[in-house]
Parts: sequence; structure tokens; C-alpha cells
Amino acid sequence: MFDLPTVWAGLLALAIFIYVVLDGFDLGIGIVFPFLKSDSDRDVAMNSVAPVWDGNETWLVLGGGGLMAAFPLAYAVVMPALYAPFIIMILALVFRGVAFEYRWRDKAHEKIWDRSFFFGSLIATFCQGIVLGAFVQGIDVDGRAYGGGWWDWLTPFTITCGIALVAGYALLGTTWLIMKTEGELRETAYHHAKISAFATLGFVGVVSLWTPFLSPEIAERWFTFPQLLFVLPVPTLTAILAGLLAWGLFTRKDQVAFPTSIGLFALCFAGLGIGISPYIVPRAITIQEAAAPDSSLFFMLIGALILLPVIIGYTAFTYWVFRGKVDPDAGYH
Amino acid sequence: MFEALDAVLLARIQFAFTVSFHIIFPAFSIGLASYLMVLEGLWLKTENPVYLRLFKYWRKIFAVAFGMGVVSGIVMSYQFGTNWSVFSDKAGPVIGPLMAYEILTAFFLEAGFLGVMLFGLGRVSNTLHFVSTIMVAFGTLLSATWILSVNSWMQTPAGFGINEVGQFVPENWMEIIFNPSFPYRLVHMVLAAYLTTAFVVGAVGALHLLRNRQNPEARKMFSMAMWMAAIVAPLQVVAGDFHGINTYEHQPVKVMAMEGHYDSYPEGAPLYLFGIPDEENQELDYAIGIPKLSSLIIKHDLDAPMKGLDTVPDELQPPVPLVFWSFRIMVGIGMLMVLIGLFSLFLRWRRKLYNAPLFHRAAMLMGPSGFVAVLAGWITTEVGRQPYTVYGHLMTSDSIAPVEAPAVAASLFAFIVVYFALFGAGTLYILKMMNKTPGEIRPLPETPTRTAGTTQLAAQRPDVLPAE
Repeated sequence: MFDLPTVWAGLLALAIFIYVVLDGFDLGIGIVFPFLKSDSDRDVAMNSVAPVWDGNETWLVLGGGGLMAAFPLAYAVVMPALYAPFIIMILALVFRGVAFEYRWRDKAHEKIWDRSFFFGSLIATFCQGIVLGAFVQGIDVDGRAYGGGWWDWLTPFTITCGIALVAGYALLGTTWLIMKTEGELRETAYHHAKISAFATLGFVGVVSLWTPFLSPEIAERWFTFPQLLFVLPVPTLTAILAGLLAWGLFTRKDQVAFPTSIGLFALCFAGLGIGISPYIVPRAITIQEAAAPDSSLFFMLIGALILLPVIIGYTAFTYWVFRGKVDPDAGYH
Repeated sequence: MFEALDAVLLARIQFAFTVSFHIIFPAFSIGLASYLMVLEGLWLKTENPVYLRLFKYWRKIFAVAFGMGVVSGIVMSYQFGTNWSVFSDKAGPVIGPLMAYEILTAFFLEAGFLGVMLFGLGRVSNTLHFVSTIMVAFGTLLSATWILSVNSWMQTPAGFGINEVGQFVPENWMEIIFNPSFPYRLVHMVLAAYLTTAFVVGAVGALHLLRNRQNPEARKMFSMAMWMAAIVAPLQVVAGDFHGINTYEHQPVKVMAMEGHYDSYPEGAPLYLFGIPDEENQELDYAIGIPKLSSLIIKHDLDAPMKGLDTVPDELQPPVPLVFWSFRIMVGIGMLMVLIGLFSLFLRWRRKLYNAPLFHRAAMLMGPSGFVAVLAGWITTEVGRQPYTVYGHLMTSDSIAPVEAPAVAASLFAFIVVYFALFGAGTLYILKMMNKTPGEIRPLPETPTRTAGTTQLAAQRPDVLPAE
């Protein structure tokens, strides 16, 4: 059960989940950026993540680098299969990332970099949703390489996933702002958080109902007895968290909505895992088949077991240094 | 067949383009992070506000350069998969873990402490802030260490076997990490990063000295930069020589291309200073060389025989003109750097370092030279190891992903447009920041003057105070 490839699949899933949550709220702030009411609100919103976004994005590098290291075959198949969404995503992340600094360097062109921040965040998120959807719907494999066409990733399902993730990240971003800001900005965030929450839950429902129809194998896991008993906690907990989120948003408990939204993401992630395992390229390549030799996995595992707790430690330290509501006058710029 | 060839060429151009753009930023931020660490350390030790003002001045520039390095680096970590998936599948078990270690030990460290370094002054104690700066600097060096180990393994692979599906598999991690060319390449690159930064800092110092030779910040940064030039540039010549000898031992064909040695020289090879490589006829036209000097430099023996490209089949030769010329550009700039460094010592001895406008102009001209040298050096070593990705074991043409030429061409086009627009803007912002006079007295925005007289300087220059 706990062989090296399984351990690494778990660690990678953890890294990707941490990325989704952490950069999720950064990107979410980018998505709602044009809907904030004033330039000073935008300044505060961006400053609320400026000290941490860089570390958050590093989890994406770990996701890509870790996949190449632990499952080189999966990396070699998935990247060419999702060529366009990946290229567009990294380019969009360039637009998003440079805006953090450029915006403060050139007040005359602030609007350009605001747009760069918004479109970069929006497109990167949409592409990540497409990647996720394409991954779930399956990838054609021929030998040790991708065997499908250029546009296989573009389907109604993947587009739905793309929009769903935009809603989901907007929820993370707005609930983060609720937690980190005060005054008018917090009001705006509450307003958009409600819309995002509604949209997110709707899309979670749609995608959850759609996914089993993609393959009988997934359907079997969700709709046959006794597997049903094993997976039933996922939708149940989702319903409970959705209630908690609504309560937090409508009774204005600033500290409730963000953790609850993370909980919702965790459940969706678990649901995804149920649909995918034991594959790493769904229904084509298993975790075992794609794994690098044990000597590679073991060498990395030593480092990961020592370093991941250290990383989580100093990342937590950074968040602690910048804890509490953001001071609108702070910033080194 | 032609389509496949085109995709390979396009993917190579794309990789060369994105990695060349990328290396510019780390080459600068490795050196600048260490410089910031030194500045903050000196400020804490001496409490001289000049150091703090310089720290804040360069920190802003660092933030922009570092940001561009991060976003252009993400491109690299995915491009291995999108365009070079076969390479990734085959070499992943060996180089993947090294890159994973780079991410785990270095990237997180830099990114985690960068926030505190940029935004934390006043929020954490000075000591903790200094520790954060040290961590960022340490992170940049660690990152260089791992990625150069990866690159060096691709140049001089060691400690591996090949499994039944054709993957390189690790057999001895120590041999993999400390592969034969790694120590030389690491030293050469870290020194290059320090020199690059020193010449940028020197150029900015020179610019502001030309405007006002009394400016204490300009004097300090120029003096520090010139010390670096005087000490590190000669060291780099020595390191480069060792690296060259190591290359000759493990990748002799690359050295043949660097030297323009189409022919073998059984009785001592000349060092060509100039020449036009003619690939077709395999000869160096208009060659100007010093007899036997190449043998002396590489083999430390005037009469040592050296083989030439006539012993290598055409299809296993790298493109000679590019390697030949980029090598000469790198060496030429290195020599100019040594000259600047030595001349600065002379001026310092004559107490004229801050009073030498012509020299300051020369230092300004040399500002971007480090970047050119770094790029030329990487072109030399990367083009020089062609036609292999893993030297001697995996051909570049066998490393490509199953993508077709139009897809690679379209993404290449997108990268070119986006990089020039965005990194062009970033470079412009950096130049604007460099154009600002360091330590300039800035009025506090919208703050009423609290007191006049004795504390006016403090009121106007809040950065003089230790805590913000």
C-alpha cells in the first residue's frame, strides 16, 4: 500500500492542493480586481497578497518539477497533450506576476498593469480549469507518448471546468479579502463573495453530476453499492460546508468564509481523487507505470520529508508576520 | 522528415530564447541578493545610514528583477514537458530529483523570505530582517548550485545506468551531483553573476558620480563595485581557464569549435584571435593566430599535440561559427573587466577614484557587459555540446516532444511578443530607478512638518532612522 510511487502521488497531490488554495486566492483577487470600487481599494487588495504571492506560486513549480521527477512518463504525456492550455497559462502568469511590481513603478500606466493583473489572473485560472477538466476526461496515449490531436482538450466539459475554477478562485479571493481588509473594500468583498459562492456551488454540482458520465469506471465508483458508502461522506460534508459558508457570509463572520471555502476545495479535490486513482494519466497510465525508479523516489523522499515541514514552517512564519487586517498605508513602494 | 526537423529547430530556438531571457535575471539577482546582504550587514554593524539608503535603493531594483526571474523561470519548468517530453521521460529520473531539490531547498527559501525582506522592515526586528535577507541571498546561491549540477550532468553525465525502456536511471547520486564539470561550471557562473552585478552597480555609481562626485551613496557603491571588479575579474580568468581545461578533458569537440581548430595540430596548436569559420570547407578563413599558444593554455605545453574537427564526423560537430565567436566575445569582455578592475586600483592608489570622469564613462559603458558575457558564455557551452542534450548519450533530435512545427512556431511567436513587451517594460522601469539619484532628499508626502530645525533632516528623510 505505502510503496514509494503511492507516497509520491500523495505528496504531489498535496503540493497541487496547496498551490490551488494559496495561489487560488491570489488569482481570485486578480479576477475581482476590476470590480473593486477605487484605486486605493485595489492598492490594499494587491498589498494583502504582495508579500506572499511569490511563495504561493512556487507550489506550482513544485507541481511541475515534482511530476517530472517522480512520474516522468506522466509529465511527458500530459504536457504535450495540454500544450496550448499550459503555454497560455504560463504566459498569463507572466502578465499577472509582473503586475505586482510594475503597477507601483509607473503610475501613469497603472491601468495597463491593472488590466495585465486581471486578464493574467483570469486566463491563468481558466486554463488551469481546462487542464483539470481535460485531465479528468482522459488523455489518449500511444506507447510512451501522447497519441491524441491538438484540440482534444477543448470540449464543453473542459470549458465548464474552466469557468467553474474562475468562480472557485473568485470565492477564495473575496473571502480572503473579507478576512484581511476593512471598510468599503470589505463590503465589496462580501457582495462578490456571495455571487462567487453561489456560482461555485452551482458549478460543483454540475461538474460532479457530469463527471460520472465521462466514463463508466468513474460512475461505478459513485453509484454502486458498497463503494457508495465509502464515497458518501464527500457530498455530505460538501453540503454541510456550503451551509457553513452561507452562514458566515450572511451573518458577517469575517473569519469563517475563507477557511470554509478551503474546506470546499479540499472536498472537491478528494472527489477528484476518487474519480482518478489509481491512474496518474486517467484510464491510460497508472501511478506505478509512470513512476521513476525507486532510487530516484527514495532520494527525493528523504529531502521532501525533511524540507517540507521546514518550508511549511517558514511559510507560516511569513503569514504570521503579515497577519491581521492590512494597513492601507503599509508597503515598501 | 522536413517537418520533424523544423519542429526540432523551432523548439531549440524557443528554448534558447526563453532560457536566454531567463538567465539574465538570475545572473543579476544572484549577485544583487548577496550585495543587499552585505549592505544590510554593514548598516547593522556601522549604523552608517549610507548603507541603509543603498540597501533600499537596490532592494526596489532587486524586487523587479527577481519578479521577472520568477515568472520567466516558471516557463522553463514547463517547457521541458511541452517541447522536450521525450528528454523529460528519459532523463527525468536523474535530473528531476535535482530540480525537485532546487525547488524545495532554494525556490521556497527565496520566495518565503522575500516577502519579509521587501515588506518586513519595521514589522520584524532588524536581526530577523537581516536573517531574511541572508536567506534570500543563500537561496539564490543554492538555486544556482542545483541547476548548474543539472546542466553539468547533461554536459558530463556520470553515475547513471540505462533501464529497459531507455530511461537514464540513477546509480550513484554523489557521482551524479558532483559530475566532472559541475564544480568548475558552478564557480565560473557564480563569479560571473557577481561580476555582472558589480558592473551594473559600478555603472550606476559612475552615472551619479558624473552628476555629483560628492554624493556619498554614489561614492560608496562605486567604490564597492570597483573592489569587486579588481578582485573577482582576475579570479574569473583563472576559474575560466580551469573550466576550459575541464571541458577539453570531457568535451574535446566543444573546445575544437571554440578554438576554431578544424585541423589537427600534432606539434602544438595555435591560438586564433580572429578568423571566419567556413563550415562547408571545414577551414578557418583569414585566421590570425599565435602559434602553439592554444597548446600552452590548455595543455600547459607548447608542443602538445591537439586533435581537430577533422577527427570528428560532420554530423557530430557543433555549429562552429556561433561557438567560435561567442567564446571570443565572452573572453574579450572578461579581459576588459580585468582592465577596469586594475585601473580602478591605480586610481584608488592615486586617490582619484571619484574624480575621473573618463573612467566613470568607461564604467558606465561596461554596465551591461556582464549580461553580454554571461549570454555569450552560455551560448558557447550550450551550442558547443550539440548535437546532444545528454552529452554522448541522447541526441537533441531524439529528445523532442511529439509536437508539430506550427504549434511550436505559434508558441515561439507568443513568447517573443510577450517577453519583449513585458520584460522590455521591466527593464525600462529598472533603468528609471537607476536614473534616480540615490539618497536624494524626498519630501514626505502629505505629512505636516512636525518640527523645524534640528530634526528637519530626520523628518525629511525618514529612512535615516533605523526603524521605519
